[in-house]
Amino acid sequence: MNLRAYLFGIAAAVFVLIVVVSLLRRRKLRERHAVWWLGAGVLALIAGAFPQSLTHVADFVGIDLPVNLVFFVSITILFLVSLQHAAELTRLEAKTRDLAETVALLELRVRELGGETLGPSDGIQPTPDGGSEHER
Amino acid sequence: MGTALGQTLIVMPAYNESQSVGRVVSETCATLSGITVLVVDDGSTDGTGDAARAAGALVATLPFNLGVGGAMRVGFRYAAEHGYGAVVQIDADGQHDPRTVAALLDQLDNYDIVIGARFAGEGAYVMRGPRRWASKVLAWVISRTAHNRLSDTTSGFRASGPRAIALFERDYPAEYLGDTIESLVLACRAGLTVTQVPTAMRDRSDGEPSQSPVRAAVYLARATLALLFAYVHPKAVAPRTSEVST
Repeated sequence: MNLRAYLFGIAAAVFVLIVVVSLLRRRKLRERHAVWWLGAGVLALIAGAFPQSLTHVADFVGIDLPVNLVFFVSITILFLVSLQHAAELTRLEAKTRDLAETVALLELRVRELGGETLGPSDGIQPTPDGGSEHER
Repeated sequence: MGTALGQTLIVMPAYNESQSVGRVVSETCATLSGITVLVVDDGSTDGTGDAARAAGALVATLPFNLGVGGAMRVGFRYAAEHGYGAVVQIDADGQHDPRTVAALLDQLDNYDIVIGARFAGEGAYVMRGPRRWASKVLAWVISRTAHNRLSDTTSGFRASGPRAIALFERDYPAEYLGDTIESLVLACRAGLTVTQVPTAMRDRSDGEPSQSPVRAAVYLARATLALLFAYVHPKAVAPRTSEVST
């Protein structure tokens, strides 16, 4: 491996880490989600800085070509991250549903409270700006 | 004897049903005196809510479409908050006859959930092909879970008693077919009892359900999947009856 490829590997890993950390600092990324990318960045940095470590680990788990280990770990991380995103999405959908249901019930309650002064079901709709001021 | 009509809440999930909802609400109120009808407007864009309100129903408006499961949970939550003893789900398209509500309520003395079954003898409702097989398989599997013979598990005409309200208020599936298949399995596995009474269905006000073989096959596949998932979920805890009576 020539020096240029060596430096390129390290630079790429450092770049990933910088992006993740700066997102974290600006609170654009929550720790819960950042952990995966930090882990991936650190692994890439280790593999880039010490290529021999990659060969040793590949030997240890019985993979002939060290690069296949890189592919395997990368795909595994991406797979787990997208699975986590799907789970998160499900949680958010459940929360959104809760909120929508609560909004519907609260709106009904507000209408009931307002309706007491308006008289039984006269079908008067409040205007969008809430300016339904009736003779109170 | 059955649950009194004053203790009963009719919940009508409605999505773009402005053509029929007013008439169905008026008919329901006229047939069942003293009943409260709650129309859950499931994100309609055609003025369904206004039509229902004009006909004398309470209307809860969802800000966007959640599907029948989400709409029904609004109904169960409302019923639980206001201490109703029974919830009856009726479709807003007019296919369910409000005169049969009394028959459903009668059975609530002995069961937690009563289904208004479409093909249990009454009426002229026929299904054909894969859709029919699907409903047979579903009925067989769910009957075994319910320890009671049920022939129509996908009916949208149902009465729920206090224990079912307490369970569904917390936990009512919003997925495809969740409001029918999964909710029944959920209730049975939580120890609630289910029965059915035969009911005649009337023609929908507009349109028949598609009978194309491809759509029927897709339905069969999705129903099977929904059924499998229903059994994979962990068991829900049955609500204690003591905390129900409010």
